[in-house]
Amino acid sequence: MIEVKDVRKRFGEQEVLKGITSQFLPGQTNLIIGKSGSGKTVLIKCIVGLMIPDEGEILYDGRDFTKMTIKEKKELRKELGMLFQGNALFDSLTVEENVRFPLDMFTKMTLKEKTDRVNEVLSRVNLQGANNKYPSQTSGGMQKRTGIARAIVMNPKYLFCDEPNSGLDPKTAIVIDELIREITLENNITTIINTHDMNSVIGAGDKILFLHQGNKEWEGNNKTLFETDNVELNSFIFASEFLKEAKEVRLRKMRGL
Amino acid sequence: MKGGWIFHIGRYVKLLGSLFTKPERRAMYWKETARMMSDFGIGSLLIVIIISFFIGAVSAVQFAYNLSDSLVPMYFVGYVVKESMILEFAPTVTCLILAGKIGSNIASELGTMRLTEQIDALEIMGINTSSYLVGPKIVAAITMIPLLVIIAAFTGIVGGGIASVSSGYLSQAEYLQGVQSFFVAFNVRVMIIKAVVFGFILTSVSCYQGFYASGSAIEIGKASTRAVVISCILVLLADYVLAWMLL
Repeated sequence: MIEVKDVRKRFGEQEVLKGITSQFLPGQTNLIIGKSGSGKTVLIKCIVGLMIPDEGEILYDGRDFTKMTIKEKKELRKELGMLFQGNALFDSLTVEENVRFPLDMFTKMTLKEKTDRVNEVLSRVNLQGANNKYPSQTSGGMQKRTGIARAIVMNPKYLFCDEPNSGLDPKTAIVIDELIREITLENNITTIINTHDMNSVIGAGDKILFLHQGNKEWEGNNKTLFETDNVELNSFIFASEFLKEAKEVRLRKMRGL
Repeated sequence: MKGGWIFHIGRYVKLLGSLFTKPERRAMYWKETARMMSDFGIGSLLIVIIISFFIGAVSAVQFAYNLSDSLVPMYFVGYVVKESMILEFAPTVTCLILAGKIGSNIASELGTMRLTEQIDALEIMGINTSSYLVGPKIVAAITMIPLLVIIAAFTGIVGGGIASVSSGYLSQAEYLQGVQSFFVAFNVRVMIIKAVVFGFILTSVSCYQGFYASGSAIEIGKASTRAVVISCILVLLADYVLAWMLL
């Protein structure tokens, strides 16, 4: 479980996070949503330690990340996996080498053990046979799956995904969402996804944290989402007439009308 | 890039300080160092040979032209080409060229890695990014650049010989006599010291520029340009300081 308690972050005069408190449970996909500039990327960067919050606590199963020594942080990071918006794959390495990289760096496994493990995760993300391709030779969806494979190869306890669907067509985006959700459930991972993709919100939102102007505006899940009267959330999620109608239809179904 | 020069010097020193940490896995660092050695050494060999050959050739022909009506013996052409190649042209000009080739390459590679979040990915894995990305480049540079400089000096002297003999100013025997005259072994040591120092400067400065690149793709181009310009200035400054200290 990851807990954030009263996390604040300021850049000069501008306060980007204004005291965010929330809990992210294992075995479920936790979504952070919000408009561009709402602070969701800063929050996820504070949680993974790429930024240091000005105030507040970030607890990984009770261990406060902000108070850890460099050595303790290094140890914790071996339990983290992250899928980046642009995938962040190493261009000079093949798909297999990219996925094997954390194993090469942190484990004493033999080459055969590492290759077996890489093939196992590659087949888990449906990338069998792509071992020797370079990232530039693969499609956007394949690059995302390579990124997921690299993120899970070390069996992380915590998985972070920054805009996992950006740049993907709707169908591939759903496949990626389902894959992340399945992996989360199979391995009981605490997964935090930063997104503003509507399909993700409705399909994978076991828990949803909505940020607005650096504040926690709303918290719930993909079921309570349809019943909320929160004006900001409704204007964000059900922005188009089509989605407003979809919400009405869904609400009527839920109420048995 | 934001911040005054004191900020940049401080951050540069801090970046270099972070190199002295225990590697997560030594074998991976050596692998990266070997890759860089191949990139810097073999990748720059042709350009270094071509340029140093012509520098030697041009200096020989021009010096021979100046001596042609004087009482100074013509074998001095070989001596002057050798000394100028060893003391100045081979280390300094080669490193200025390498600042353009290797320096811009390093800055754009690291800048791209920063902008495409590859450095963040390494950091999240728990890798000391500065040590892993900068350390092998500096080690590779201070190993390979002196070798390139030695090759440059040799090629320049050969180029001078071919040009001066083929243009008819002096005989091969005269040129060789000049090359062998007044040989001071210490000058070769100065050349290697210069190569190591210049190699360190051009790689560390370029790594700094690339590592802290931020913003958009335009910033990568700017970081590369800054890396080359600052490296060249610092190489020339260090050249003067070393000449003053060592000679």
